[in-house]
This record gives sequence, structure tokens and C-alpha cells, in this order.
Amino acid sequence: MLNVIKIAARNLRRYQRRTILTSSLITLGVVAVLLFISTTGSFKNMMVGQITDSMIGHLQIHRKGYLASIDNLPLNRNLDQRQVAKVKEILSGLDAVESYSMRIKLGAMFSNFTETTNIRLNAVIPEQEVKTVPLLSERIIEGEKKDVLLQKGEILIPELIAKGMKVKVGDNVVIVANNKDGSVNGKTFVVNGVLEGISGPGGRDGVIHLDDAKELLRINGFEISEIAVRLKNKDDLPRIFSSLKDDLASFTNKEGNPVFEVHTWEKLSPFYNIAQMINLMTFFIKIMLVAIVLVSIMNVMIMAVYERINEIGTIAAIGTLPGKIMALFVTEGFLLGVLGTAVGTVISLISIAAINAAKLTFDFGRQSNLVLAPTIGAEDVITIMLIVIGIAGAASLQPAFKAARMDPITALRHV
Amino acid sequence: MSLVTADNLEKTYRIGEISIKAIRGVNFTIEPASFVAFVGPSGSGKSTLLNMIGCLDPPTMGYLQVAGQDIANMDRKQAARFRGEHIGFVFQDFNLIPVLTVFENVEYPLLMVQNRPAQKRKKQVNNLLDAVGMGDQGDKYPSQISGGQKQRVAIARALVTNAKLVLADEPTANLDGETANRIINLMKKMRDEFDTTFIFSTHDPKVMQSAEIIFTLEDGELLQRQNDNGGTHA
Repeated sequence: MLNVIKIAARNLRRYQRRTILTSSLITLGVVAVLLFISTTGSFKNMMVGQITDSMIGHLQIHRKGYLASIDNLPLNRNLDQRQVAKVKEILSGLDAVESYSMRIKLGAMFSNFTETTNIRLNAVIPEQEVKTVPLLSERIIEGEKKDVLLQKGEILIPELIAKGMKVKVGDNVVIVANNKDGSVNGKTFVVNGVLEGISGPGGRDGVIHLDDAKELLRINGFEISEIAVRLKNKDDLPRIFSSLKDDLASFTNKEGNPVFEVHTWEKLSPFYNIAQMINLMTFFIKIMLVAIVLVSIMNVMIMAVYERINEIGTIAAIGTLPGKIMALFVTEGFLLGVLGTAVGTVISLISIAAINAAKLTFDFGRQSNLVLAPTIGAEDVITIMLIVIGIAGAASLQPAFKAARMDPITALRHV
Repeated sequence: MSLVTADNLEKTYRIGEISIKAIRGVNFTIEPASFVAFVGPSGSGKSTLLNMIGCLDPPTMGYLQVAGQDIANMDRKQAARFRGEHIGFVFQDFNLIPVLTVFENVEYPLLMVQNRPAQKRKKQVNNLLDAVGMGDQGDKYPSQISGGQKQRVAIARALVTNAKLVLADEPTANLDGETANRIINLMKKMRDEFDTTFIFSTHDPKVMQSAEIIFTLEDGELLQRQNDNGGTHA
């Protein structure tokens, strides 16, 4: 085999310019794909990280039917104490769960004593919330970033309301809300901070203490709207989701319908569709790379066979078996693929390191100065390398087969 | 026992509806270690006959035995293996592989056809290169040597596998008279040294004279056989 490789390599060297051009084309394709994967992957991971770590958590548990009417933030679909206890029991049995946060979600009127607007609020237990969505405190753009998110009587308000209503940290505001029975109640809060708005559900919500929400909504006993769960490793999400779904499915009401519903961040955030679109684009970019490699290698190998017909006749005449002739040409295409891929991978990795060192920034939606930090896993690099090299070999098959099947006499007569 | 036996050998080519008889019922035998020439005008069937003997082109009819084997019904792979084991080829245009050095060109059949171990290859190749007077040119590429030298290398390549039979189609056609003479003498010397049968085709009268047996072909028919002692057979 080494001899076949040696002769194939010599033949590539024979047509240096063509070899360089073809391998450059493959290199360009590999660089484009790896840079695309690394930058979009980085963007995707960053956005997913923001969504899961500052708002949603990795998955959420609600009472059945809550999600269908989440736009209204219904208070009559809350989980009661008994149901919450069951969920807590299941969660505590899962090692992969890092933390969870119990929330009441409500819609209310927000007043600065001169103007009124509507506001969506998350009422949380600060200690639980900080552990479950650790990046939430990073979103406080005005006010002190304390270890404890907020105290009772304090409120974190979204940036848009702060600007629109000209409310500053330390100001008193009034929150008025209807409870599930329809009665209205109001409570005064001190603005403790302003939260940067981000895309997605909950990205423009205010935050208050759970006890304040209970007081405001006149909730006697214990009830919550949702439980956000954070996993130690987000790669465990499919497994834990499946396990939780199975465990929670065993709880049914009197009619035999399930009591709980569990959803991953993917179901809860519209960004998942963007992430899927990025995956789709990556797939099509890979298809384009395959096409580039296929067409360029096949073209070069067809030319190589055509130019060496007489030579093929000679080696066939002196007894080279058709399989070996085929191996010579397939190896040639394979080596072209290896050369282009190796150079492309090296250039890509250097480029990724350079982009990281340059700390380029970009804006996304209302967020600005996001640092572009492309990263690529060994798995992606190896996959691309294998695809390109495999396609290079496959693209050589047809010309190589033609060479192997060539009639020695016809080939020897070729001028 | 004869090295080559042809009995009522025929070759017909079909081009669409037209059939062209290139060889018409030829009979001959060639003994081992002979120095044989097939002569005749262009289109007389010399190359076709050589191609059939060389297992490159199967006969349409008749019996053809080479080195004790009936080669008329071999498939592509069997024919390739047979050529690799028993037959060497020398071509009019030398047909050396341009990306390989002189040494590697001669080594090629041992390496890619017979899969011989490296040490044996090296010894065999050096012996042959010395025998054809190219021992000091092993590192050169075909583009760096003359036509006569290329044909010497081609002869070494044909003999390196210890082939019983070397077929040379117009081996001197692209060489000047003096070089052609030297090549023919070299082939004769190799025949003497290795007991290899050389069969070549030519229409060069000077080259013809060097052959010990001459078969004259015309329109695909064998007209006569002439020995170097002057004897002829119809």
C-alpha cells in the first residue's frame, strides 16, 4: 500500500499547479465550514447559555395546561403544596439536578405614582433563583449586584419600563394585581435594580420576592406557577427530561389525566427555532463543501486518467491488476483530499485562535458588544475531515474504475 | 517443448456491421530462447499477432499456447497475472513511467505486479541495470536520459521478472540507425544471458537481418518462415 501511496503522491507532484489549485479549493471549503461552525456554534451556545442561565433554566415543570395559557399568566393553574412536594421529592432523587427555583408568575399594573403601565413579574425565592439562573444578576445594569438578588419589599424592574417611566433605583413604585378570585390588591416596592432586557419569554419580566407575591395575591398556604430546573451538565438534558417526564406522568388526577407537564428550554424559548435554523444552515454548508470536493476531485481525476491513458495501458500490459490500477487513482484523489483537509484544518484552527485573541464584538437584538468567541470541538473537526477525505476518495472511484477497466491495447494506441 | 504454439489462429475485428479479418488461420511454433521477428508492411497483422501472444487481445478462433498454457480463453485478471509472471514488453515509445526514476521503472513489475521483497528487488534491478549498461543512471528520471537509454531501461524492465518471453513491438522505430543496432544487439545479448525468447515486430530491413527466425506476414496471413541459415518454409 505504501508503494501505491508513493506513486500516487509522485503523480500529484507531476501536475503541481493543478494539485495546488484543487487542494486550495478544498482548503477554502474546509476553512469556510469550520469557521462557520465555530462562529455560529459559539453564537448559538452563548444565546442558549443566556436563555437558560438568566431566565428559563434547563427545564421547567408546570401544572398540566399551564403552558397553553402562559401568555395570560394564569393564577388558577398553579401547583399546590402537595404537588410541589412530589416534584421536590423526584428532583432530590436526581443527581444530575444542580438546583431548582420555584416561581409565581403574574401580570400586574406598575405605577410610579404619576403613570401606570402593565408589567409581567416573576416572584422568586432569591437564593433558589440565583442558583438556578446564575446569570440573572449579571443582567442588573443599574443598582448593586448583591449576593442575594433582592429582599422582601424590593423589585427588579425591566430596562424598558425603567426608561419609559423614568424610574430609578431607590424609587418607590406600586404594583397592583388581581388574584385568582378577581380581587385587587396593591403593594409598594422599592426599586432595587434595573434588569437588562434580552430576547425571549421572560426577557422583559420584573422580579419580586415570592413572599411579596403571596401577600399581593393573597395566597394562603403555598402555591407556585412553575419550577425551573438547572442541571449540572446540560448534555444530560435529554436523559433527565425523559426521566422526569416518565416519573411525573405517574401522577394523575381523578379523571386519570396527568397532573404535571415538563418542558425543556427548547420548547419554552423561540430561540430554539433560530438554533435549529443555524443547524440547518450548517448542514447545507456541509452539503456545499461535499459538492465542492466531489466536483473538483472528480474533475481532476477524470483529467488525470485522460492524460495518462497510455501510461495506464503500459502498466496494465506489464501485468498490473485492475484492482491495483484502481487503487492508484483512488489513492491520488484521497491524497488530494487529505492535503486540502489538513491545510484547511490548520488554517481554520489558527483563524479561530486569532478571532478569539482579537476579541471581536457584535450586536444581537438589543444586546450589544457581545464578544465573538468561536470554539470548535474535536468531534466537529474530525467529522468534517472524515467527510471531505471520504468524499475525495469516493469522487475518484468513477475515474479510477474507468482506468482499471481500460483495454490495454486501446490505451497503448492512445496518442 | 515449444514456448509459443499457434494453430489456425484467427482474429476478426468488428466495427459496426463490418468484420475485418486481421489474422487469417496462422500456424507457427516458437522455441525457447529464440530471437524472432515478425515482419511485413503496415496493416499486415504484426502487432495484432504480438498482442495475442502477449495475452492483450484474445484470438477469435484457433489455439494459442504460451509457456505451456492455453491463453485463448483467459479473463482479464488471469491474463494480467499471466503477463506479469511470464511476459515482458518493450514498446516503440519506450513507455517508461515519467514520475519514477530509472531504478523505480525497472523495479515496478517486481513491486506492483509480483510483490517481491525489497532486498530481492534491489539485487535483481541492479543486476538488470548493469546488464543493459544503465547501472550508473538509476537515479535519473526518464526525461533526463536519451531515447536509446530509455529503450535499454525498457528492456531491463521487461526482463526483471525473469520473463520467459519478451515481446517488442517496433522497438527501434523511434531510434536512429546506430542506436537501433545497439538495442537489437543488447536484446540478443540478453537472450544469450537469460535464455529469454525475444519476439519483435519490425519493417526495418537492417533490424530484420538480426533476427534468427523471421515470420513474414501479409494481409493477416503468414507467408513464410525464414531461418538465419537462409532456409525458408512456406
